[in-house]
Amino acid sequence: MFSRRINIFAGHFGSGKTEVAVNFALKLSKEYKNTAIVDLDIVNPYFRTVDARDDLEQNGIWVIAPVYANTNVDVPALPAEINTLFEKKEYKVVFDVGGDDLGAKAVSRYKDEIVQDDYEIYFVINTKRPMTNNADRIKEMIWEIEESAGLKITSLVNNTNLLGSTTSKDILEGHELIEQVSLELNIPIGFISGMKNALDQSIQQLGFPLLQLEKHIKLPWE
Amino acid sequence: MGEKLLMKGNEVIAEAAIRAGCRHYFGYPITPQTEIAHYFAKKMPEVGGTFIQAESEIAAINMVYGAAGAGARVMTSSSSPGISLKQEGISYASGAELPAVIVNIVRCGPGLGGILPAQCDYFQAVKGGGHGDYKMVVLAPCSVQELYELTVEAFNIADKYRILAMIMGDGILGQMMETVEFRDKEEIYEADKSSWATVGTRMERDHNVITSIYIDPEVLERHNQKLQAKYRLIEENEVRCEVYNCEDADVIVAAFGTVARIVKNVIKMAAKEGIKVGLIRPITLWPFPVKVFEKYAEVPKAFLSVELNAGQMVEDVRLSVNGKRPVYFHGRMGGMIPTQQEILDKIKEILK
Repeated sequence: MFSRRINIFAGHFGSGKTEVAVNFALKLSKEYKNTAIVDLDIVNPYFRTVDARDDLEQNGIWVIAPVYANTNVDVPALPAEINTLFEKKEYKVVFDVGGDDLGAKAVSRYKDEIVQDDYEIYFVINTKRPMTNNADRIKEMIWEIEESAGLKITSLVNNTNLLGSTTSKDILEGHELIEQVSLELNIPIGFISGMKNALDQSIQQLGFPLLQLEKHIKLPWE
Repeated sequence: MGEKLLMKGNEVIAEAAIRAGCRHYFGYPITPQTEIAHYFAKKMPEVGGTFIQAESEIAAINMVYGAAGAGARVMTSSSSPGISLKQEGISYASGAELPAVIVNIVRCGPGLGGILPAQCDYFQAVKGGGHGDYKMVVLAPCSVQELYELTVEAFNIADKYRILAMIMGDGILGQMMETVEFRDKEEIYEADKSSWATVGTRMERDHNVITSIYIDPEVLERHNQKLQAKYRLIEENEVRCEVYNCEDADVIVAAFGTVARIVKNVIKMAAKEGIKVGLIRPITLWPFPVKVFEKYAEVPKAFLSVELNAGQMVEDVRLSVNGKRPVYFHGRMGGMIPTQQEILDKIKEILK
């Protein structure tokens, strides 16, 4: 799961990309001293990677975020630091890409560097989201993102959830849909992610790597 | 209940509108509510509806005027600066008694302000942001589920009274994700609009005219009196309010929207320290739950209004409590959100 140098997380907005990317980076940092995460979200001004900056930095992760992230300005400017990550080969890098085809546009800026590197492009799916709740809609979303990013999705992530009320049954239902997409598009399933209580034995039996999530992006009353 | 999904507040507004029979949406993008337009753009073609990204907010509200005048269920949405631009259209539509739903996912001001959450448009929404003696029904949900239910409700109220209904949320509510459970079928108020809407005469009657101009002052006064009588009726029938933990409360907090959710945690924290805090959460900001505040006016030692602004709803709380108890205020601005501890400290300071 952590073999690639560059790990890019794309998907529909609200699929849980950011939580998955943040948790992925935290796990990665346990194995690799040099880990970086890039908040490449130029779409969503709220609830983003930079919200988890303290947790990430305490674990020695280098956080690169747009200068104006979480301020009152919504200027989608990408920091120049991102370019150095393609030179510093000693780093493992996680990219949290913005939602949908609009968000994926930002990653196309680095297309040439990415294809020459050792990379994985994950597509994060929550089948409980209305725009990705059947195989056709998921495929359409994948094609839109691929076209916008100029890159092919190489791995699918099952992040099916209803937040705190998620059960393993929800994840299994999602798995069925995602397996269908995986077969039709010939893209492997990379891993399944979810909160600890939902990743029970029935999920473990599926035989895919699991990423246990901890909630890092919080609301004011949480 | 039916299908359970994980949705963003903004998406739910659009989905609820479609389920309520809205087939016309006109709007112009602005953070933090653009997902509403985004969702309609994808979904309206699937249900045979109309999505138009207008050339401006002003154009959008006038398209709403046209569609509502023709008897359609119609919606527009924006965020604070865009809602300011719509005020002329809002006043005209109110004068012409047109039913429609307007969404304001409020961001901080004044002016261009910023994109972060705020409640600083309370005055604009409930006191009349446009000119003339008009009212809009203003609904303030606090969760994604309630956003769904109240959006459907807003269309029904609008049609029932021939009035504009506004859904007012802040950026947190628009952007946050929560589970939402949809009903299999919505209860839709079926209004017969043939007596006033431009639905076609079939050459069998005179034209219906949609207008807010009345040349004769006596006629215009009568028109205004009719509007006022309608507003009094709405004040009687359509107040919605949540009362929580108010019996024997030491302090009753007034808060609406997402702030009320922070206050609910403060109530738990306070209880651990032996302080009894209650919450009155107006769900309709207009009509304001005056009678609820009257009922509890002499229960606590004091009231505290907590808002994401410089003190707006607090004026209505003061008018309703009517001097029986002191009414305090705590607010944050600029996109800052009060912490639970900060609100608890304020309560303790009041009780000192």
